[in-house]
Amino acid sequence: MYPSRFRYEAPRSVEEAIALLHQGGGEAKVLAGGQSLVPMLKLRFASPEMLVDINNLPGLDYLRVDADGTIRIGALCRHADLEKSTLLAAHQPTMAAAAPLVADPIVRNRGTLVGSLCHADPQGDWASVMIALGGHIVAQGPKGRRKIAVADLMKGPFQTVLAYDELAIEAVVPAPKGVAGGGYLKLERRVGDFATVGVAIAIETSAGSVIRAGIGLTGVGGSTINAVDAAGALLGGPLTADTIARASELAAQAAQPRSDHRGSATYKRHIVSTFVTRILTSVPDSKGKAA
Amino acid sequence: MQLDEIKIGGLGASRRRVEDNRFIRGKGNYVDDIVLPGMLHMEILRSPLAHARIKSIDTTKAWAIPGVRLVMTGETMASRNLAWMPTLSYDTQAVLATDKVRFQGQEVACVIADDPYIAKDACEAIVVEYEPLPVIVNPQQALAPGAPLIRDDKENQLDNVVFDWAVGDKDGTDRAFAAADVVSKLELHYPRSHPSPLESCGSIADFDRATSKLTVYMTTQAPHIIRAAVALVAELPEHMIRIISPDLGGGFGNKVPVYPGYVASILASILLERPVKWIEDKTGNLISTGFARDIYLHGEMALRKDGKILGVRMHTDSDHGAFFSDAQPSKFKIGLMHSTFACYDIPAAHLTARGVYTNKAPGGVAYRCSFRVTEAMFFQERMVQAAADDLGIDQAEFRRINFVRDDDFPHRTAFGFLTDSGQYGKCLDVGLEAIGYQDFLRQKAEAAKQGRLLGIGISTMTEPLGAGNSREYDILGIKMFDSAELRVHMTGKAILRTGAKSQGQGHETTWAQIVAHELGIPADDVTVEEGDTDTAPFGMGTYASRSTPVAGAAVAMVSRKIRAKARKLAAHLLEVSEEDIEWELGRFYVRSSPDRGVTIQECAMAAYSNVPDGLEPGLENNAYYDPPNLTWPFACYIATVEVDPGTGVWDVLNMVAVDDCGVRINPMIVEGQIMGGLTEAYAMASMQFITFDAEGNCVGSNFMDYLLPTAWETPGFELHEVVTPCPHHPIGAKGIGECATVGGPAAFVNAVMDAIKGIGVRNIDMPLLPDRVYEALTERHDVSGAPPVKMDDR
Ligand SMILES: Cc1cc2nc3c(=O)[nH]c(=O)nc-3n(C[C@H](O)[C@H](O)[C@H](O)COP(=O)(O)OP(=O)(O)OC[C@H]3O[C@@H](n4cnc5c(N)ncnc54)[C@H](O)[C@@H]3O)c2cc1C
Repeated sequence: MYPSRFRYEAPRSVEEAIALLHQGGGEAKVLAGGQSLVPMLKLRFASPEMLVDINNLPGLDYLRVDADGTIRIGALCRHADLEKSTLLAAHQPTMAAAAPLVADPIVRNRGTLVGSLCHADPQGDWASVMIALGGHIVAQGPKGRRKIAVADLMKGPFQTVLAYDELAIEAVVPAPKGVAGGGYLKLERRVGDFATVGVAIAIETSAGSVIRAGIGLTGVGGSTINAVDAAGALLGGPLTADTIARASELAAQAAQPRSDHRGSATYKRHIVSTFVTRILTSVPDSKGKAA
Repeated sequence: MQLDEIKIGGLGASRRRVEDNRFIRGKGNYVDDIVLPGMLHMEILRSPLAHARIKSIDTTKAWAIPGVRLVMTGETMASRNLAWMPTLSYDTQAVLATDKVRFQGQEVACVIADDPYIAKDACEAIVVEYEPLPVIVNPQQALAPGAPLIRDDKENQLDNVVFDWAVGDKDGTDRAFAAADVVSKLELHYPRSHPSPLESCGSIADFDRATSKLTVYMTTQAPHIIRAAVALVAELPEHMIRIISPDLGGGFGNKVPVYPGYVASILASILLERPVKWIEDKTGNLISTGFARDIYLHGEMALRKDGKILGVRMHTDSDHGAFFSDAQPSKFKIGLMHSTFACYDIPAAHLTARGVYTNKAPGGVAYRCSFRVTEAMFFQERMVQAAADDLGIDQAEFRRINFVRDDDFPHRTAFGFLTDSGQYGKCLDVGLEAIGYQDFLRQKAEAAKQGRLLGIGISTMTEPLGAGNSREYDILGIKMFDSAELRVHMTGKAILRTGAKSQGQGHETTWAQIVAHELGIPADDVTVEEGDTDTAPFGMGTYASRSTPVAGAAVAMVSRKIRAKARKLAAHLLEVSEEDIEWELGRFYVRSSPDRGVTIQECAMAAYSNVPDGLEPGLENNAYYDPPNLTWPFACYIATVEVDPGTGVWDVLNMVAVDDCGVRINPMIVEGQIMGGLTEAYAMASMQFITFDAEGNCVGSNFMDYLLPTAWETPGFELHEVVTPCPHHPIGAKGIGECATVGGPAAFVNAVMDAIKGIGVRNIDMPLLPDRVYEALTERHDVSGAPPVKMDDR
């Protein structure tokens, strides 16, 4: 691969990294797992003047569950760490279902969840998962830290609201108030393929009633889609054939797919509704069953 | 005591591949591993447009970048009469475009610089002004009245037709159709694909002014053809050209043609008098080098109610891209398409074939295929299944009714080929037994009650491999024989060279096994060398499964010549006359006293130390082998699948392969070839294709879109064998390198079509992507995969 010429920096602290990004004045790029950025450099779709490699930053590779059930994923936690995690398998069915479906095993060894969110690819799997879960990221810049809901992070395809000198430190999934359920289904043409369609659903139930629901859609719009109305249709009672059918229909309406070599818009809409139904129908015994 | 042939690595030994020692240690020597002193790097600027007139090219900024040594455009090439070069199919192809670009990815300019980064930067600094022209991406558009003329460079070319060709018996076929009870019809498209070897194409041209010698390291499956081509194109004397094809990271037909990059690197080296390396990137490989397939079929079968095929009529429209550069025997315009239906006993058949130019990359290479045989067998087996369904006859039974019988060889096919051996019915039986045919039909009926869609698909075929005898097969007039040269050293060790060129097939292992079989010299004692035109005997290279049928035969023949001479040496050593000597593996002995004998190694020593009067010293020879016929392996592939009606996704439940490739030299390598071929068959059936949008943009220019299956989704395969030795090959072997790629795809497609049978859908074009299957299921019509692919703009 023959990218354009760039300066390479490998800072040892978050502060140093942010200072370099600031110095770069918008012409510097963070290098995390490199699984999206390096292909872009290779194709010369991106020609940054400086790469700030964050792989040497200490203490950012964590995946932990706080006492209250909050899940925290550090900026250097790899897809593979999430896939192998017993914590997720026990606590978070949507993430556990998605982890083995992101890219292929080789990419998963390097790529990061936080990097995937920052990349804002409408076909990225983690953004819809985090939207379904109501997650946020913590970003740090020269002026300190702020929280950004993943639903608000994406401005458009490959664009986020992050300032050029802000580093995403971690992604956070809030503690559930009920029993967490849900799943992730992805239609891919091959392992390692981006989603033709991906559907992430996260619900919380309490006393048999759905008290929180989120649905995120991958690959069927210019950005990851937050299917708010579809999720709303599930609230306030138990999951029934009717609520599931309603949610499937609304999710399909929320999708804005386009026809391309992966299939027609009609087909992709249909898959959205099929997947919503399949995930919700398997909720009670969803553990490890998705996909 | 007789030598144990398996122990010395002879015929039938599953000997480990000797070449793997270096490959798995990372010690292979590929073109890109070679670094010459003073070497420069070349990068190609490609056209972003599929059809456009070049108004101007401004290279000023590129020349100004430090480290740039040379910028070449079509004009530079034209000044040396090299702007156009001949193709392997008697057409011409632009080296660097002068007038127009005719496909996306076409070579427009080259930069030669101190390193590849600089070369790439400089390519980006070249400004080309294009005037876009209307684009053609399929034969229908190419043939439409008023279609823009793609090849306006050619005198007398008034339309986009490359050729019109016909073969077979038209009148007889018409009569068969008039007498038919049922006529079964099928329309389909075998999509464009790309061989996509792991290593892309590349070259290092090294012109030495002091010796006037041009050495080119090159990714080529056919170094000798390339030497001849370079001699003609670059007008250099043939003995001053040395082509070296080092280790190749796969070829699959992609590395047979001559590519503009090779020619440009050669001219650059001549102009700069320094070695120039060109290594194509993956996108360059996928969008500009030899594609495969891209043929439309209109097929008809005349049938009798009892299942007998009376006649076959086929018309093909093939899309050759912007230049007709198919790599195939010159006599046959659409390759060996007319080998179709060779395993069936059919009274009459007729094929018409039309080729057209389009604004797509040229090629038409035989991608793991004996020249369009892949399409021929796919069309055949899809038509056979449709015919069986139309007649309401079981698909296995229908095949059995029409197979050429075991006692009917040699058999002249309806298109004139001569098949010579096979046990077709037996192969089918082994396959049906292995898959559990009757049992599966019951399961399928059971599953249908719960709305589940199970299907079974069969593909049986014999194909012509190993081109070929010199009466019929030549490329640009050069006959398609092959060669081997064997030198046995004093201590009985040996070096063997052939005109073939391994690119993963394992020649270094199997050729030594043939020598071991013929001479009793342990395979480990034989070095095999190929690919250097200064040392290897002349040969046509490796493709079309021709190595074992042709070069492999030459290895056996040269070994026999060596044995004949060794016999004279043995007689001398044993002090008896030649007639009193017998041969057993590795040893001559006196017939009347078998204990008195000499080994082949002792004969080798004598050849250099104790030669009788009147005999030339030394123990070496060569053989040129012109095969009397092609070899005809047979295969039966059976797949079972389940289709998810909610998504159109299908999974392979089981896949059984029964191959009869005659005598197996190294069974492990044969099985490897079949496994790889089945994987590619699955790829074609399920995901792998190159399509284009209406503007001629190539969709499939990288591995995110051009889908090669990985170990994750490739199903398991169960292999079986039947052995019918080839009657004319010296060791009874037939080709095997391509059987599974050729015969496999139809098994998968037939299985999916079987699963959705009964809803009035006759065909879904490959690859059977989930959305296509879903569309067929829900809308109950055939699904075409022909470009342009529909794309909504965002
Ligand atoms: C073959 C292949 C297949 C793939 N398939 C899939 C798939 O199926 N599904 C899927 O979701 N993804 C897929 N990916 C993408 C993969 O998941 C990437 O790993 C992920 O999108 C980016 O994470 P990264 O750590 O590699 O980020 P990088 O490539 O290092 O960076 C991506 C972008 O995010 C920015 N960035 C990264 N980290 C930070 C940070 N902490 N703060 C601020 N900005 C940051 C970078 O500057 C860059 O712009 C695939 C990639 C490949 C190569």
